[in-house]
Amino acid sequence: MRPTQLKAAPVRTEQIILFRVSGQLFAVSSASVQEVRGMDTLSAIAKEVALPDLPKVKHYVHRGENSLYVVNAAMHFGLRPAPPLLVFVLRRTRTALLIDGIEKMTTMTRLQALPLAFCHEERVWYRGLTAIDQTVVPVIKPDGFLTPDQLFSLDASLLPREFPNTYSPSEMDSPL
Amino acid sequence: MTFIAEAELQSFVLLRLGDRRFALAASQIAELVAPSRIFHFPNRTPEIEGVLLRRGRIVPVCDVAERLLGKTLRSRRFYLIAQRCYGAQTEWIALPVTGDCELINAEMTLPTDTDAPHVAGWLSHAGDVIEVLNLAALTPGPNETLPAAAPVHAQEAHT
Repeated sequence: MRPTQLKAAPVRTEQIILFRVSGQLFAVSSASVQEVRGMDTLSAIAKEVALPDLPKVKHYVHRGENSLYVVNAAMHFGLRPAPPLLVFVLRRTRTALLIDGIEKMTTMTRLQALPLAFCHEERVWYRGLTAIDQTVVPVIKPDGFLTPDQLFSLDASLLPREFPNTYSPSEMDSPL
Repeated sequence: MTFIAEAELQSFVLLRLGDRRFALAASQIAELVAPSRIFHFPNRTPEIEGVLLRRGRIVPVCDVAERLLGKTLRSRRFYLIAQRCYGAQTEWIALPVTGDCELINAEMTLPTDTDAPHVAGWLSHAGDVIEVLNLAALTPGPNETLPAAAPVHAQEAHT
């Protein structure tokens, strides 16, 4: 009788993009990145938005029926601001993320859950941690940059300009 | 009688932070490792200094010296990797220590109501009274609010 050959279970891998923000290395699943744009192409189409209590968002762009909000990743993570060069448009979110640059694309074989000792906002920011070339890299959660409340406030701040008043006292009251 | 007395003895690991010693139940200790690279990334948990990579696991480093002594200790000789319980889940946490660790058998005195939450008990060893640490009260975790950092001075009384 032949001994049964045990096949090793295939290792599940995930393609990731390593990128930098203010010198700090992060990872994002490449499946979560819909587009990578240069700052020059963004600045041509971006419009200003200003919410005093949300300084990390200063611009938005129209995308179909929705607005995409441009989040400064350095400000989001509390890092020293650096001039961003690239924008990630994150899939299935309304976030475009300003970053310094892409380090490389690689494959992760293991995503470790964020240790429970980390118990504040970072639990929303990260899917977990991975080790790449003996370095620990946090893997971002694409929907962790803007909360539903923040999106609501941003949408509300756009209303006056997106839907101009149908009644304008100055126009209505002016003599014909 | 001797049997009963021995049965009450438990194993503890004594760790050194500056000029003070503390104890942890030996059953909570995973290993003692030499200092290695700490990786930092943005987070909002100030008690966590970073993470280290050990045997393929990513272990958070929690410097408890500030809470226990009221100051951060720059020199560190080892990381004591301990098991920290979060409800039913157990994870490793690395505690920087400044000197050798020692395994002892001793009888623990239970804490009183006036002891700080991080005190799991007291040991009497080699003329010293030593705090046994309660990691759940000393290190951060979800849905847990750590008491304000109030260093307990001179609780390692000499007898």
